[in-house]
Amino acid sequence: MYLFLCIVSFISVFPLYWMVCAATNKSADVVSGRLIPGTYFLENVKNLMANQNIGRALGNSFKYAIILTVISLLVSSLAGYGFEIYHDKAKDTVMNIILLAMMVPFVATLIPLFQMISTAGWLNTTIGFILPTISTPFLIMMFRQSARSFPHDIMEAARIDGLSEIRIFFQMFMPTMRSTYAAAMTITFMNAWNSYLWPKVIMTNSDSQTMPMVVANLTQGYVTDYGMLMLAVLICTLPTAIVFFCLQNAFAEGITGAVK
Amino acid sequence: MSKSSKKMTLSRKHNLTGWVFLAPGALLILFMSFVPMVKALLLSFKTGVGAATTWCGISNYVRMFEDAVFIQSIKNTFFYLIIQVPIMLIFALILASILNNRNLRFKGIFRTMIFLPCATSLVAYAVIFRSLFANNGIINLVLVNLGILDQPYSFLTHATSARIVIIIALLWRWTGYNMVFYLSGLQNIEYSVYEAAKIDGANAVQTFFKITVPLLKPTILLTAIMSTNGTLQLFDESVNLTDGGPANASITMSHYIYNLSFKYVPNFGYAAAMSFLILILVAVLAFLQMKVGDKRD
Repeated sequence: MYLFLCIVSFISVFPLYWMVCAATNKSADVVSGRLIPGTYFLENVKNLMANQNIGRALGNSFKYAIILTVISLLVSSLAGYGFEIYHDKAKDTVMNIILLAMMVPFVATLIPLFQMISTAGWLNTTIGFILPTISTPFLIMMFRQSARSFPHDIMEAARIDGLSEIRIFFQMFMPTMRSTYAAAMTITFMNAWNSYLWPKVIMTNSDSQTMPMVVANLTQGYVTDYGMLMLAVLICTLPTAIVFFCLQNAFAEGITGAVK
Repeated sequence: MSKSSKKMTLSRKHNLTGWVFLAPGALLILFMSFVPMVKALLLSFKTGVGAATTWCGISNYVRMFEDAVFIQSIKNTFFYLIIQVPIMLIFALILASILNNRNLRFKGIFRTMIFLPCATSLVAYAVIFRSLFANNGIINLVLVNLGILDQPYSFLTHATSARIVIIIALLWRWTGYNMVFYLSGLQNIEYSVYEAAKIDGANAVQTFFKITVPLLKPTILLTAIMSTNGTLQLFDESVNLTDGGPANASITMSHYIYNLSFKYVPNFGYAAAMSFLILILVAVLAFLQMKVGDKRD
């Protein structure tokens, strides 16, 4: 059993270990199968910077992902809270219709979305990037589930104290649901950082490109410089890896979050 | 009397507050999901390049089934679906039930390592696997050095092996992800059930099939639907791992739709018809999702 787990763990980790090794070695050494971290890291950095505008792509990716995460959490948690705390028949029906949207594949809305964004003049903009995924059925469902455990007595007490409904949300719901927000944050940030099809469609200008797009660009040449390529992959993976290691439990909760 | 009417207005006020709270989220989903969906349906009955489109009835749908590349992309997508999803789910289930064992040591480390591939972006892992399986990649190097192969095998330029590499990559990326669902599902099962089974003399295999699988049924159903949904929309891997090649032998439906809309001379109507077919395929499973998704009523 331990042997089996070790083999599976090895397979899981090896490609990532190989990536780190490749990022610090010369391409020729990578091809010859060198499997220990090397000293060519700075050269790879230099080559990569000369080849692609990594700083700009990183900046874009962070900008899009952070703005999307903040707005998305606010809009979705407000909606989930609204659906649960004030729920009645009509709202439950609307919620069920929203859940249907979960089944709409992104590619089925891709072309009209592109036309809408491009007509509005939002190609190559942050708003164009974030608009389709600010509100997702998954997050609304997740916050709706967590609002179910928000004690009604506390709300009543707050109302008697004269707190307005919106302040109850900001001052009482948000702080108590910190773990749900952490889970929602990891999942939204990761999805935003990793998204590829949508930015590929709307970021027509190289100034607006994201990190995954730059990684994909690097594979287009005839000769692959593995050191440089894997360095780019490493840079693209690091932010999500850091989120993963710091908030592993929140992330696990995030992906399974709405299911409970 | 006046008290009850005051209560009425208060609850009406709260009712309104609820609508105000959920309005931004609900409207965004309406305009970013349902409206485009209807537009895609309308578009699928039109033909023409760019904005100059005319109605053309169902000719896009007819053309679709005479399009060899599209047929190939459907075959590929279902090949990935039928082979990869069951293997992945069974594997994830086995791993989860091993890791659920209370007496297991280093549980946290194993869990983290198996879950780790989820931290990589889809483009990043596609590029890693493309490099691992390249002609001069490490897989070929190992196989040649072990004497299994005489010379490097070009995995990505042969149709079958290119598809299999995509499946291997998908297994690597998503098994841990599904395992996490099962682990969280297993935590809801009383551990004493397992201990009782042990006392009754059930072996590991019996426990797996008689306890774990039946009790996790809703979770298994859910992961199956999610994986199916995801596989039908596969894009990043097809683009970055094999570039759909060789000669469209590993292209997925979403990849072909992208090519038709944004790479070749854009034919939005035809591409929309294809995307609507994916929607229908996914919608067949929507009913199941609703059943496990929300159980208040």
